[in-house]
Amino acid sequence: MSYERGAIEKSGEQRDQTGAKYGMWFFLFTEILFFGGMFILYSVFRAKYTQDFHLAAGEENLLLGSLNTAVLLTSSLSIALSISALKKENYRLSVQLQTATVLMGLIFLVIKYFEWTAKISKGIYPDSPVLLKMSAGQILFFGLYYVMTGLHGLHVLIGIVVISFMIYFTKTGNVTSGNFSKLENTGLYWHFVDIVWIYLFPLFYLIT
Amino acid sequence: MENNAADYENSFYQEKGRYNGVLSWLMSTDHKRIGIQYLAAILTFFSIGVMLGLLVRLSLIAPGKILSQNTYNQVFSVHGILMIFLFIIPGVPVAFGNFFLPIMIGARDVAFPRLNRLTWWLYLAGAALVALSLFTSGGPPDTGWTFYAPYSIRAQANITLAVTGVFVLGFSSILTGLNFVTTIHRLRAPGMTWFKLPLFVWTLYATGWVQMLATPVLAITLVFIILGRVFGVGFFDPSRGGDPILYEHLFWTYSHPAVYIMVLPAMGIISEVIPVFARKKIFGYKAVAYSALGIASVGYFVWGHHMFTSGMSDTARIIFSFITFLVAVPSGIKIFNWVATLYKGSIMPNAPLYFALSFIFLFSIGGLTGLIIGSLAPNLHLHGTYFIVAHFHYVMFGGAGFAILTALHYWFPKMFGKMYPEKPAKVGWFILFIGFNLLYFSMFILGYRGMPRRYFDYPPEYFNLHLISTIGSWILAIGLLVILVNLLRALFRGTQAPSDPWGGKTLEWKIASPPPAENFHEIPEIK
Repeated sequence: MSYERGAIEKSGEQRDQTGAKYGMWFFLFTEILFFGGMFILYSVFRAKYTQDFHLAAGEENLLLGSLNTAVLLTSSLSIALSISALKKENYRLSVQLQTATVLMGLIFLVIKYFEWTAKISKGIYPDSPVLLKMSAGQILFFGLYYVMTGLHGLHVLIGIVVISFMIYFTKTGNVTSGNFSKLENTGLYWHFVDIVWIYLFPLFYLIT
Repeated sequence: MENNAADYENSFYQEKGRYNGVLSWLMSTDHKRIGIQYLAAILTFFSIGVMLGLLVRLSLIAPGKILSQNTYNQVFSVHGILMIFLFIIPGVPVAFGNFFLPIMIGARDVAFPRLNRLTWWLYLAGAALVALSLFTSGGPPDTGWTFYAPYSIRAQANITLAVTGVFVLGFSSILTGLNFVTTIHRLRAPGMTWFKLPLFVWTLYATGWVQMLATPVLAITLVFIILGRVFGVGFFDPSRGGDPILYEHLFWTYSHPAVYIMVLPAMGIISEVIPVFARKKIFGYKAVAYSALGIASVGYFVWGHHMFTSGMSDTARIIFSFITFLVAVPSGIKIFNWVATLYKGSIMPNAPLYFALSFIFLFSIGGLTGLIIGSLAPNLHLHGTYFIVAHFHYVMFGGAGFAILTALHYWFPKMFGKMYPEKPAKVGWFILFIGFNLLYFSMFILGYRGMPRRYFDYPPEYFNLHLISTIGSWILAIGLLVILVNLLRALFRGTQAPSDPWGGKTLEWKIASPPPAENFHEIPEIK
């Protein structure tokens, strides 16, 4: 393995696809730890204020949450399929599947927007007078809700931008069946975002 | 391939690439150019940090006459923030790691050269944000470098900008670690097996992992501080159900491993320098390599020893204390192996060895006093006193700082192609060493007698030791000045350096000084 060289071209261009994948996996490790900080806070506060968390979780809209889960899981499938399509040199299909992923990502954010605005219209947002009158555990629950889904949403947004670039790259021949690591790494990132949601969904919507 | 390397190509200083002037540096993806820029930056911030430190010391021999209480708090906070986040954490990896890692493993560059350039830009952006926080409304942070909640959430000072700056710096650090680990996995020259890697590379590898596994925790913690200040999310605010102790846990989950980000690559430098100047192979290569991994992994689980007086169960405290003692074992292995390498060696008493030996001496004092405060009973007495300040300056400055000076003298001929005069370097070292011990050893005694850290004023019985310490700070500054002026003069007036002035055996000594743009004409094969 260590004998594979020639990875670094004169221009500083990266061609070592395995190396690129290493880099992506390492980056995802760091992301896990980044989100890990939030999950630790969640578990500590949940253990401390179990009853308040139970009450606050009743506010969540299970229907919209489930819908979003379905949308995001499907988008993970479409990005995976787009890579397979790319490897089989079916570039048109690959572009279509990537576009579908972007659209589903956008739908996810729109649904999230409605969820947030519904809460905000009830006066529930960090530092709001309504929230500050609630119990400590409820303040923390909604704080965690906004911070965790917010940072997750930010990751979705970044993913949408990156996949849009991939669509452009696939169209211009920068990403091909022989040079697919950019798209594959984007796919890994998207799956990661999906997996984080798979944990957020039960923690905020299902266990009440 | 012994000595024919001297003149087949231009040095990397001549290969400007597509851009001219400053842009030929800022836009460069050459790991050597990036390393040189980082080196200039960290030494600049170090110099500013030293001046702030001198100011703190000066204020302490005449409290109230030089700085007001509030300014004093700001000056020591900014001293800490600069020294920790802009100098010593990036420190060895970004400057010397960037320059030498690819060369030492026989590669032409790091695995992701453009990502490398991005880390440099992020570093500049982070530094700019920190600098901005000093001069905009609210004034410089006065929280200390630790940004403890809930004060950091409520303080009037410009914490948000400073914390954002540190967040960006952390991102830069993560990407550097990621890049180095990938490089070591993927770009070793043929025959460069894991156990032929130079020990500096081993420590960069361990450091890279710590950077990746610890820094994100700091990042999210800082995000919580920012969200607390901007949106009123009170995870660490007791009035909103939050828990300030959680902040300490999360902060030290990063900031203790960060100690190893600072000191591991420093140990790597010493492991390179000692064998070269003892004219021997390193004693116990594998033990030294494994101990780097040992320190990195065990060091991840000791953060609680920063919080023995913060309120934890006795069980937790005993466990943290025990693991703290475990970290001393791999560090001890390294110290014994360095000393054993010197035994019966044919020692060349050049300047880099002086710095390396004083590293061993000072780091041992720092490490052993770490055990004193790592055990529970003495910790209760010494926690939050000058003893702690002395301890971490012995480890950080006496350890990592002296290692940077070692590396500067060891690799100066390679990086700049110039030799510096030995005598001023040794004189500077001597003054620095004396000043250092006066400055910080007095603090051990002060702390033992109960002088609390970060205090602006104190009862008269502490005055004499404070005075000795402050005089030490002046001597130390003179020593640093001699060293830096000597090197700066050599930069312009030094004689041409040969490709291998010290008789080093690692790959960087096989190529010209300074190295050509692509390091190697042909990738070397290691037998």
